[in-house]
Amino acid sequence: MELFLNQLLAGLATGGIYAAIALAIVMIYQAIDHLNFAQGEMAMFSTFIAWQLLQWGVPYWATFFLTIAVSFVGGIAIERIVFKPLKNAPVLSHIVVFIALFSVFNSLAGFIWDYSIKSFPSPFGGLHQVGMIAVTLLLLVGLYVFFQYTRIGLAMRAAAANPESARLVGVRVGWMVALGWGMAAAIGAVAGMMIAPVVFLEPNMMLSILLYGFAGAVVGGLTSPGGAVVGGFSVGILENLAGTYVPYVGSELKLTIALVLIVAVLVVKPSGLFGRRAVVRV
Amino acid sequence: MDRRTWLIGTAATMALTAAPAFAAKKYDPGASDTEIKVGNTNPYSGPASAYGLIGKTIDAYFKKVNDDGGVNGRKITFISYDDAYSPPKTVEQVRKLVESDEVLLIFQPLGTPSNTAIQKYLNGKKVPQLFVATGATKWGDPKHFPWTMGWQPNYQSEGRIYAKYILEHLPNGKIGILYQNDDYGKDYVKGLKDGLGDKAKSMIISEQPYEVADPTVDSQIINLKASGADVFFNVTTPKFAAQAIRKAGEIGWKPAHFLNNVSQSVGSVLKPAGLEHAKGIFSSYYLKDATDPQWKDDKGYKDWVAFMDKYFPDGDKTSSFTVYGYSVAQTLVQVLKQCGDELTRANVMKQAANLKNLELPMLLPGIKINTGPNDFFPIEQMQMQRFNGERWEPFGPVMEGAIGS
Amino acid sequence: MRRTALLLAALAVALALPLFLKNFTLFQLTLVMVYAVAILGLNLLTGFNGQFSLGHSAFYAIGAYTAAILMDKFDLPYPLTLPAAGAACLVVGFLFGLPALRLEGLYLALATFALAVATPQILKFSAFEDLTGGVQGITILKPDAPFGLPLSQDQWLYYFTLAVSIVMFWAASNLVSSRTGRALMAIRDNPLAARSMGVDTALYKSLAFGVSALYTGVAGALGAIVIQFVAPDSFTFFLAVSFFVGLVVGGVGWIPGALFGGLFILFVPNWAEHISKGLAWAVYGIILILLIYIMPSGAAGFVRAVTAKLQRRAS
Repeated sequence: MELFLNQLLAGLATGGIYAAIALAIVMIYQAIDHLNFAQGEMAMFSTFIAWQLLQWGVPYWATFFLTIAVSFVGGIAIERIVFKPLKNAPVLSHIVVFIALFSVFNSLAGFIWDYSIKSFPSPFGGLHQVGMIAVTLLLLVGLYVFFQYTRIGLAMRAAAANPESARLVGVRVGWMVALGWGMAAAIGAVAGMMIAPVVFLEPNMMLSILLYGFAGAVVGGLTSPGGAVVGGFSVGILENLAGTYVPYVGSELKLTIALVLIVAVLVVKPSGLFGRRAVVRV
Repeated sequence: MDRRTWLIGTAATMALTAAPAFAAKKYDPGASDTEIKVGNTNPYSGPASAYGLIGKTIDAYFKKVNDDGGVNGRKITFISYDDAYSPPKTVEQVRKLVESDEVLLIFQPLGTPSNTAIQKYLNGKKVPQLFVATGATKWGDPKHFPWTMGWQPNYQSEGRIYAKYILEHLPNGKIGILYQNDDYGKDYVKGLKDGLGDKAKSMIISEQPYEVADPTVDSQIINLKASGADVFFNVTTPKFAAQAIRKAGEIGWKPAHFLNNVSQSVGSVLKPAGLEHAKGIFSSYYLKDATDPQWKDDKGYKDWVAFMDKYFPDGDKTSSFTVYGYSVAQTLVQVLKQCGDELTRANVMKQAANLKNLELPMLLPGIKINTGPNDFFPIEQMQMQRFNGERWEPFGPVMEGAIGS
Repeated sequence: MRRTALLLAALAVALALPLFLKNFTLFQLTLVMVYAVAILGLNLLTGFNGQFSLGHSAFYAIGAYTAAILMDKFDLPYPLTLPAAGAACLVVGFLFGLPALRLEGLYLALATFALAVATPQILKFSAFEDLTGGVQGITILKPDAPFGLPLSQDQWLYYFTLAVSIVMFWAASNLVSSRTGRALMAIRDNPLAARSMGVDTALYKSLAFGVSALYTGVAGALGAIVIQFVAPDSFTFFLAVSFFVGLVVGGVGWIPGALFGGLFILFVPNWAEHISKGLAWAVYGIILILLIYIMPSGAAGFVRAVTAKLQRRAS
């Protein structure tokens, strides 16, 4: 029983990691109707910027908000410079550009800061994982309010779901997309700064976390920030319990088991546990 | 020529019967009157890119050698390609090195799968696969693979050293193992089990593997604690080692902790993990840890710092990989010196198998490199050490790994 | 008519290349063909049936391991491992296609991506170790040229792979222009209309998965023979991502595009490394972005645009 509780708590803590990045994934999905495969690397890069600022002696909270601001601007810049000219390219080409961005950020970070692990401070001291979960929930509430109750949030969803109609009612679709990129990058930065104290900072730190984050977001439903957070936590818990209690194969195939369960969820509920079913017009 | 390096070089060569300098010059592809071409692959990208630091250090060291006049008047041209730790890429890059760049030898390709992928090819082509960067046991097999040689002590030997210690001092221990689920992790576990012999079954009560792709090993540590283990065999690479040490400390699990030396760096593992959590950990090693204050007046250490400052200023001085790269490069330089003017592939292997009591400035005192026609394991000695919260304290005798010699 | 002439000319060049090129270059070109066949498999699925996969490294791995195990444990001659690998992948792909039927777009992408990520772990699984060699993998022998032909191993494997590739490409283009191919494309373009015309969507989509896996599996078997070694680390999701990049760069839904894709994923990373060692993958990423700028639809769109221009000039 004690073991079960401990694994549950540890699962919640790792789940918090996945939930944080899953929020960034939902954010970009709401804005551009796609998953951004470079999301994790962008978050990692933001975290390195924060680390560098800390090394230069900038206080933690100043660093925290400065990094968010820089990432926000950086996200918008990426959209304006890289994706705006590709507006009319096929979807699959966009995905290749995500992969290209992934390579660029990973390689740049390794080049500038090298690949050995770095410890990253936590503002919450010994209670970091509690603090991380609190920050994730705060972000969630913020996002929920943004999408449900602000004009700009509604406009952004409209722009992603149906650009033509949105344009007709006066939404500046191009800038909505750019804003979405900025916000996703900013959320990613927060996620990165929360995750790094747990897993240590290095260029490859987001590689697998992004996959779990995807899994969490998809299980919860890509259209629902709340669903993504629940999904992230569930993946974390599921993974720990599978590794502990599934006899024989559990410890060696823990990731595989978690993935099989996720695919099973999708087969039963193709748009995730909390996602809206997209209605296709014929 | 820099006097200091000359001294080191000479001291090392002194006792040796180097190839006679007056012999007629003989060259294989990749060697000439002015140049020796050395090929290498390293993971400069991909999941194992932390190891790329070794390749960069080797490159920097050969620059220094060249600035000091080269090896017997010849400059070393070091060609190192990225294989991203992917065996098919290693095959492609090594073939490029051999067939297109025409190197004299392949030096320090990194990774067990990568080296397995090229072993048959290089032995078939009779190109040296020298001082490979992996601790698997299979590299010292001159009967079947006379062109392949390892360098570092193999993982199994290290596992056996811990087993010996445990049997002696903790005969009633309940052992929990955390290991990376690949060839490296399994080799360590095998070494430990072989060393424990009949008692392995009863003493080992929990084995927890992890994947390189796992974000954390927290879950495994909780399981190990819950299993009731009071001896912890920690077979992890630096990032996971730091996570494991920290997590064990945080949840108040205080076993006798044996950490594999892959991750014994104070600066890049124990410090991030929290020195207070790392206190009392056992390990064993053969190189000097550059972050250990006990070496601060040591000549070998000071030379290494001078080298790093001048030739690799961006390099991470807290990482054990820079010390490793430096030392293995020195070993190759020694072999090339012994080759004299007969720079053929056959002679490179012959000289590599003819290292006698070679001491390197960054090897722990008392540890010597020895090879012979039937001994393809250059470093076979290690010393147990305990972390006192600040630095490693060596204790006990220099031990021989029981495998291969 | 002109197409046939073009193909014959290309064939003549391909046959003559071993006379002029070094063994190492031939080895690289052999790998290009191997990757091209794998990408062709992906293209059949994505380009002609509209299903998305980021997990084809799994099928490539199954093909490679099937070949390696059959050669290593059962002493099967290497040419026979190709149909075996293809058959194994056809079955696995078809079975995987069944649940995948319920998934679309991003969700299918995630499910296949999960497959790619789980593959190395499953290959390492200790229960299968006797067969797969576990983490150590399997080393296999490289075949010599048969019938005492005066060819080096690399030359022979080049011709062997060339022959297999030609058969595979020929079969693919026949498949695409057949009734089945039209059904597949109808499903891609308008699933609802296809269904109302009486196309068994579920069957065809699963079949597309199976055939696609078959192609990639045969490529995997060829790859194992050429590299002489299989190990879990050879089949990470980076390989799946590479196939995907090759598919898009070559052109989705254009059969010869696979060849461009193969060339790209083999040579461009080397080229990027040549430009800057420290920043190789950043350079690779930038090359990729620029390429998409210039040819948003890959080589396919580019070639089409050029031929259209030429034809206009000719007329």
